[in-house]
Amino acid sequence: MSANGSAEFATIGNGRAIARAKVPLVPPAELLRGVSAAVAAGARVAAFFGMLDPDPDDVGLVVVLADDRNARLHLGRTRVSGRAFDSLTPACPQVHLFEREIAEQYGLRPEGHPWLKPVRFQRAYRRGYEIFSGQGGEGPAIGVTDFYRVEGDEVHEVAVGPVHAGVIEPGHFRFQCHGENVFHLEISLGYQHRGVEQALRGGPDRRSLHYAETLAGDTTVGHTSAYCQVVEALARCQKTPRAQALRGIALELERLANHVGDLGALANDVAFLPTAAYCGRLRGDFLNMTASLCGSRFGRGMIRPGGVGFDVDAALVRDLLARLDAAERDTVNAVELLWSSSSVMARFEETGVLARDVAESLGLVGLAARACGLPRDVRHDHPSGIFRFAHIPVSTWNGGDVFARAYVRWLEVQRSIDFVREQLRSLPPGEARSRVEALAPDHVAVALAEGWRGELCHVALTDAAGRFERYKVVDPSFHNWMGLAYALRGQQISDFPLCNKSFNLSYCGHDL
Amino acid sequence: MIDVIRARLRQGHRTMRYPDAPPPPLPERFRGRPRIDASRCPVGCSDCADACPTGAIDLREGPRIDLGRCLFCTDCASACPEGALDYGGDYRLAVRERGELVIGEDEELRLADALQGRLRKLFGRSLKLRQVSAGGCNACELDVNVLNTVGWDLSRFGIQFVASPRHADGLLVTGALSQNMRLALQKTYDAVPAPKIVIAVGACAISGGPYIDHPEVANGVEGSLPVDLYIAGCPPHPLTILDGLLRLVGRLERAKAGS
Repeated sequence: MSANGSAEFATIGNGRAIARAKVPLVPPAELLRGVSAAVAAGARVAAFFGMLDPDPDDVGLVVVLADDRNARLHLGRTRVSGRAFDSLTPACPQVHLFEREIAEQYGLRPEGHPWLKPVRFQRAYRRGYEIFSGQGGEGPAIGVTDFYRVEGDEVHEVAVGPVHAGVIEPGHFRFQCHGENVFHLEISLGYQHRGVEQALRGGPDRRSLHYAETLAGDTTVGHTSAYCQVVEALARCQKTPRAQALRGIALELERLANHVGDLGALANDVAFLPTAAYCGRLRGDFLNMTASLCGSRFGRGMIRPGGVGFDVDAALVRDLLARLDAAERDTVNAVELLWSSSSVMARFEETGVLARDVAESLGLVGLAARACGLPRDVRHDHPSGIFRFAHIPVSTWNGGDVFARAYVRWLEVQRSIDFVREQLRSLPPGEARSRVEALAPDHVAVALAEGWRGELCHVALTDAAGRFERYKVVDPSFHNWMGLAYALRGQQISDFPLCNKSFNLSYCGHDL
Repeated sequence: MIDVIRARLRQGHRTMRYPDAPPPPLPERFRGRPRIDASRCPVGCSDCADACPTGAIDLREGPRIDLGRCLFCTDCASACPEGALDYGGDYRLAVRERGELVIGEDEELRLADALQGRLRKLFGRSLKLRQVSAGGCNACELDVNVLNTVGWDLSRFGIQFVASPRHADGLLVTGALSQNMRLALQKTYDAVPAPKIVIAVGACAISGGPYIDHPEVANGVEGSLPVDLYIAGCPPHPLTILDGLLRLVGRLERAKAGS
């Protein structure tokens, strides 16, 4: 199966570290062939990124493949000299954005890439090799790029953003339309770029954990869990069962708040105000449970290297269980209105359909993939922490439409509530946090976590002093934005807000 | 339809009575305005300032904390060997001047005064804001949005978020002001008809927050736009944001005089 045992890769489990020297260094063509073969055999590209080399003419490339069926991660690396390498995108579309990122950050051109444009309009990490305009001097002008255009007398273009009508993050959207019909949507981001990956170099330091907490504010628990897993793997730190259970509770509460909020927002986008109003409030009830754990509605301060920052006592457990029961009753009542309202179902069903094979070839992750019938869930496929012992069934649906994305959320809400209840009732005794020693030098660690949107992938490579030489973050949105663009093809432009909300992707998690 | 009506009855009336009644209770572990007991500080100790991720603590005149930079992470309190720092339950963190956010021992925060004169007359009972998100983590935006839910119902105060800057009386800005959002923010500001106000919400918008001094950000809106109200926090609690907005439009003056 796939890359197991093949010469191009080293194999580890989720949340594990390995000496960098044990990852074979192979020629570029060999690595790319290996990636192609592994993907053809069913593996996914979880991360693919560059790193600076002591020789400025060279760039290191690192790839992490996820073999979901065998719960293994395959690490490969190569070194490319000069300014170009052969693009893998035509054979393996799911690397399309990773290759654009490598081009933008390291000035390494993927020859033959069909859609080579900036990702974030950022300055290059490797100076003197810049590919896109403005990267060298004053800095690139955001949003100035070669947008795809459909020509024709009756074709018109609609440009939206970066500042949108609602209280949401900035991004630019270009629609090629024929009347109300959308031929193509191009999504151009980078407005939230604040340089987090670069700033993580040289860490861990006093800011590193706070960067993890703010990679995407609505995924604080998820990203911080992945960050801590990487640190713990490099420090060979064992977490106590209690710490693992508390992390799981926080992660599922984060999923609950976001899923319930999204179900309300979807109702709002089809003007079904009862569920919109109730879920807007209920989202707050779940956020406030997280705040009872750690003082912050977004889980700031909860996840800490070695465990959790806050323990719970019997009184808090009782209180949380009572609030969970009440929130569950009201959520069932609010959400089930959606499925029995024909006006809602008429708007949800067959809107924004993404075909399963498209989702698979684009490498979609998380609930958007599961709504296309792809059973991908890190909690199941690469379980770590509490998820090795407490199994949450994978929720899928086949439609690939707005309804499927809404309904998968609803399935997951019910399962997360069951999980949180079970964990609160059976919390193992012990300490909530263990000591974390210095990080192993010259190692690489990978952590995957299933955030509420999908797979969060963190990769850290340490230098000889045990500091981060390269820290890579892959938010699920990085995989999934192209899925939204595809889902819009052939849709009415007026359905864009509904389709967009059904994915509810992160701008800041993408832009970093 | 009958199910919708039944659900309506079941879900009940949920809008809080605040500010006519006490605000909703905050969680026990909530981290609000820090309190400093400088008498406990060992001579020559700088553990709190060394631990602070954003350089918010200045030790030159006893520990002074810049709440505009503070992430309310309590790394300083954890580092302090003597327990001289403590983050209490006071959620009120809105001021009118940037300098007011720097507090030392026994210093009260000079909470925001209401708009005066013509601005008060124009905006006191109807304030329309355009929100601009400019390089942050989206948590501030989310907790601003919460004010529009039924529990908080911001519109009962005449404060609303509008879709166009042309319809707005001012901007509510979040985020550290990424270089990639500078032009868009300026254009949005220019599109708001005068007189107009600017509200900076969260550590990012006030100082750059966790991203202070990154070359990719402009350390918040200070220096780019004239700011009329600063609401500190990372992110500020919805109650903190509401408190700031209500103070600005003069809805909490009576309460303040009474307390």
